Amino acid sequence: MNRLRTSLSVALVIAIGLIVLAGYFLENPMLNTLQTVFLHWAAILASVALIVGVFNLLNVHIRKINTGQKGSLYSLILILSLIVTILVAGFLGPTSEWSLWIFNNIQLPVETSLLAVLAVVLAVASARLLGRRFNAFTLVFVLTVLVVLAGSISLSFLDLSAMAAIRSWFERVPATAGVRGILLGVALGTVATGFRLLLGSDRPYGG
Amino acid sequence: MNPILPFELGFAGLFFIILVIYALVIRKRPDRPLREIPAFARLGRSVGLAVEAGKRLHISLGYGGVNDVPGASGLVGLTMLQRIARAASISDKPPIATSGEGTLGILSQDTLHSAYQAIRSESLFDPMYGQISGLTPFSYAAGTLPVIFDQQVSTTVLAGHFGSEVALIVDANERVGSHTLAGSDNLEAQAVLYASAQDPLIGEELYAGGAYLNAGLMHQASLRAQDAMRWVVILGILLGSMLKLFGVIK
Repeated sequence: MNRLRTSLSVALVIAIGLIVLAGYFLENPMLNTLQTVFLHWAAILASVALIVGVFNLLNVHIRKINTGQKGSLYSLILILSLIVTILVAGFLGPTSEWSLWIFNNIQLPVETSLLAVLAVVLAVASARLLGRRFNAFTLVFVLTVLVVLAGSISLSFLDLSAMAAIRSWFERVPATAGVRGILLGVALGTVATGFRLLLGSDRPYGG
Repeated sequence: MNPILPFELGFAGLFFIILVIYALVIRKRPDRPLREIPAFARLGRSVGLAVEAGKRLHISLGYGGVNDVPGASGLVGLTMLQRIARAASISDKPPIATSGEGTLGILSQDTLHSAYQAIRSESLFDPMYGQISGLTPFSYAAGTLPVIFDQQVSTTVLAGHFGSEVALIVDANERVGSHTLAGSDNLEAQAVLYASAQDPLIGEELYAGGAYLNAGLMHQASLRAQDAMRWVVILGILLGSMLKLFGVIK
């Protein structure tokens, strides 16, 4: 039974994947209509998955409270916040005064604080890097960071226009070249992953 | 008709043909070694040590939806999750996967379920081992931290779509002394991971995960096809530059 289900899933994935892919390359009214329908289904499924995700999140935290795990109080706060936000946004609308109040006075400050912590974490990580992996690439990395930082700041008592010019050159030439190389690698990896899915070799849907 | 369509079709067709050729070659000679990526060798050792020490492995899949381009990196993460779940099946603490997107969360549970099913250990499966820890980038990072701090994690694999907030997850691993192997399709995250992770995966190295974790013939074939296609792209760029230099194309 399991094998039959897996074979059916693989056949469906391959067929739908090929139709959607062919729709990008060929101009055929029937193919394009099918492609649009499948893409709409994918969008609907992704939205349903988001709701399932919210329930998963709730379930994880309810279990945490029930088993008395460390940080249960935070789980309780999360659940209450989730319920209040859903009620406010659900009844009054996502752009209502109260929904925006929650966004501007709770979510935004919390995420901004995390961004501030992130800046410190990144500074510490860069300093730690020299101790952990001291090689030519690390030196280039750290020097580039310093040049970009020096070229980005403005000091009233110091003329840093030369650093700004060097920073601009770094961004236009070596950084762009490196970025393109990395992006080409990522694109090739993405295409290869797509082919494996279309061939039924990668089956994250089970089997 | 799109003027670059023939090139796109040609590129995809060539990639596919090379992939199939490599698959046939590897089927005949399966023991040809891959080029060495030390991060994956260290991951193998870390998985073994985690199993021996009764510690947990954590796989963070990011928040790239599978119906979009960043989803490819998440799919690589799922392949790695499957291989790690199988390798760590004898551990007292089964691996835990966290994700920041609905479809990835469901697929992580499905992947764990099928991994345990394949080794006839379905009793090990608990849906809670495929968690969604937050649905926005920062809430995902914040929600993943308790997993690292409270679940006795000894190795974390980050494979998927992340932003710069991934540094918070890596920093948490550093604090608990956990080994971190990390790769992403996002450039910003790659720069952050290069500075913060013990074993960063740069560029296409992430997509080689399945091949190095013995996920099957097609993973090895696709890795070799990627390497071959990289040379095709390099030659194409050089040819294009020459043609432009001599004024053949504008």
